[in-house]
Amino acid sequence: MTSLSANAGEVLSPVRTFWLFFRQNRGALFGLSLIVFFLIIAVFAPWLAPYEPSHVHTDAYRIPPLWSEGGSRTFVLGTDDLGRDLLSRLLYGARVSIGLSLLVVMLSLLVGTSLGLIAGYRGGMIDTAIMRLVDILMSLPSILLAIVVVAILGPGLLNAVIAVSVVKIPSFVRIVRAQVMAEKKKDYVVASKSFGASGFRLAVINIFPNCLAPLIVQATLAFSDGILDIAALGFLGLGAQPPTPEWGTMLADARAFLESQPWMVTLPGLCILAVVLGFNLLGDGLRDAFDPRLRM
Amino acid sequence: MFAYTLRRLTILLITFIGVTIVAFSLIRLVPGDPVLLLLGERGASPEAYAAMRANLGLDRPLLLQYLQFLWNVFHGDLGISIVSKRPVIEEFLSRYPATLELGFTALLLATCIGIPLGIVAAVKRNTIFDYSFMGVSLVGYSMPIFWWGLILILLFSVTLGWTPVSGRISALYDIEAVTGFMLIDTWLSGEGRAAFFNAFRHLILPAIALGTIPLAVIARMTRSSMLEVLGEDYIRTAKAKGLSNLAVIIIHALRNALIPVVTVIGLMVGTIITGAILTETIFAWPGIGRWIVHSVTSLDYPVIQGGVVLIATVMITVNLLVDVAYMVSNPRLRSQGR
Repeated sequence: MTSLSANAGEVLSPVRTFWLFFRQNRGALFGLSLIVFFLIIAVFAPWLAPYEPSHVHTDAYRIPPLWSEGGSRTFVLGTDDLGRDLLSRLLYGARVSIGLSLLVVMLSLLVGTSLGLIAGYRGGMIDTAIMRLVDILMSLPSILLAIVVVAILGPGLLNAVIAVSVVKIPSFVRIVRAQVMAEKKKDYVVASKSFGASGFRLAVINIFPNCLAPLIVQATLAFSDGILDIAALGFLGLGAQPPTPEWGTMLADARAFLESQPWMVTLPGLCILAVVLGFNLLGDGLRDAFDPRLRM
Repeated sequence: MFAYTLRRLTILLITFIGVTIVAFSLIRLVPGDPVLLLLGERGASPEAYAAMRANLGLDRPLLLQYLQFLWNVFHGDLGISIVSKRPVIEEFLSRYPATLELGFTALLLATCIGIPLGIVAAVKRNTIFDYSFMGVSLVGYSMPIFWWGLILILLFSVTLGWTPVSGRISALYDIEAVTGFMLIDTWLSGEGRAAFFNAFRHLILPAIALGTIPLAVIARMTRSSMLEVLGEDYIRTAKAKGLSNLAVIIIHALRNALIPVVTVIGLMVGTIITGAILTETIFAWPGIGRWIVHSVTSLDYPVIQGGVVLIATVMITVNLLVDVAYMVSNPRLRSQGR
């Protein structure tokens, strides 16, 4: 906290205050750098990858990674059972996994926040109806609920996204609703109301910005859950379908080669773990930085 | 307290009805004709078509269909599996003990290791132990368990050869299901200790895989709850009385610190069921998780429907128990009654 005392007396902008606290959290910074690393990979995959992800090298089946015996410089991380370059597939996989999770978070954030705003602001019957719906969704374990949605829509990439988004909605509804209910009684809202602000204006322009902090934390954590759930569905054969280079699907393919070609299993899993860890670290750090009680 | 319980029970009933609606809608939301989907265009003789429609309950008006479904659910009739031709409830009950045994062992493991780790981390706050522990527990928390299970197999089964790769017990043993728990049944059977240890060796890897995330959560919760309690005045008083550190921690701090931990353990049941779906698939564990996944890939709609209702029932019941236990253990909440 020494860096803060130096600025005593000076009024700091909220963003700057936030950054001062955030940057002291080494774990969160590490998480952030992990995420940035994978984001760069995801964006620049076509330029970084040495080969096309689904190109079959007919003369190079199951080549081990460079550091093991029999490894080759042409395929740094080795090849899979069909002779596809693992490095290229993993790089493109970052694109698929992070891209899909982004979609999941945006979808569930949009629906969850809207429902939460309506429930918290309107109250009464609408609130009860929305919350019972949330209760029902929450009484099913996440993967089971996702599996049910996939059972209806059929397996596939887009359907997996919809399934996982549905699973993530309740947490956003709950957070926004609780926040709105706390905010709407405050003076600034009452004041705005007395000036004749419409309900929509009150809810969206006045109240909503004050719900952002917990929402950002939740969205970060939902990102890591999203990646895990999409990979899990892929692993169960209910998500992305081969030959899509999705990390979970790659793991499912590699299961049969666990004994003979273990690198096919270890590498995709490490990627999933690293990204999920990154988002969890970042989420924890954000929560601490946003929480004024910890700033004493 | 009574009013609260009553209110909770009403909400619970509404939730349950909602779950039955979800399960009921399931097959009706499938795009196209589910009967044709199941029979295949060619296999659909008029008789087979009519029989399948009747089995799925699609042959009557919608509202009647639902009421019939609800009536059946309350009478324990969840339809007939298309694949095995056996009642869904029977299928569920024959597999449930396997999942229960796995889940219970995983949770036991997570609790027995997680709580002491959390306590030590809190007591040794800001030391190397605390930091490395927090790091490891966050890795555990972020673990994709379907991968973790494979890594465990790779390490302990393939490389070291300590444990079998799949199943509940070696095919050499024919164990009669008395309780459904393999560890107990092998103990009761005449096969002796060898069978027991065989079952144990089958159980341990899946239990570790499944218990990893709950372990991380429980340990982190114990740590933060313990840190909060250790800052309280009565802890200082206890120390001032001249009690040893150990006595203060165990007698005074732990008791209060464990209340939120117990709640978290209860809430882990959902995580366990989610995890069981993945763990059972990896280790070919014959429980309800693998059963559900199979039913989805083989489009066995009565099983998916029934499975959803039954698993949700388990979840709802456990959540209610956790709530009530929380109320009982925390007198401050009782008077408010929310």
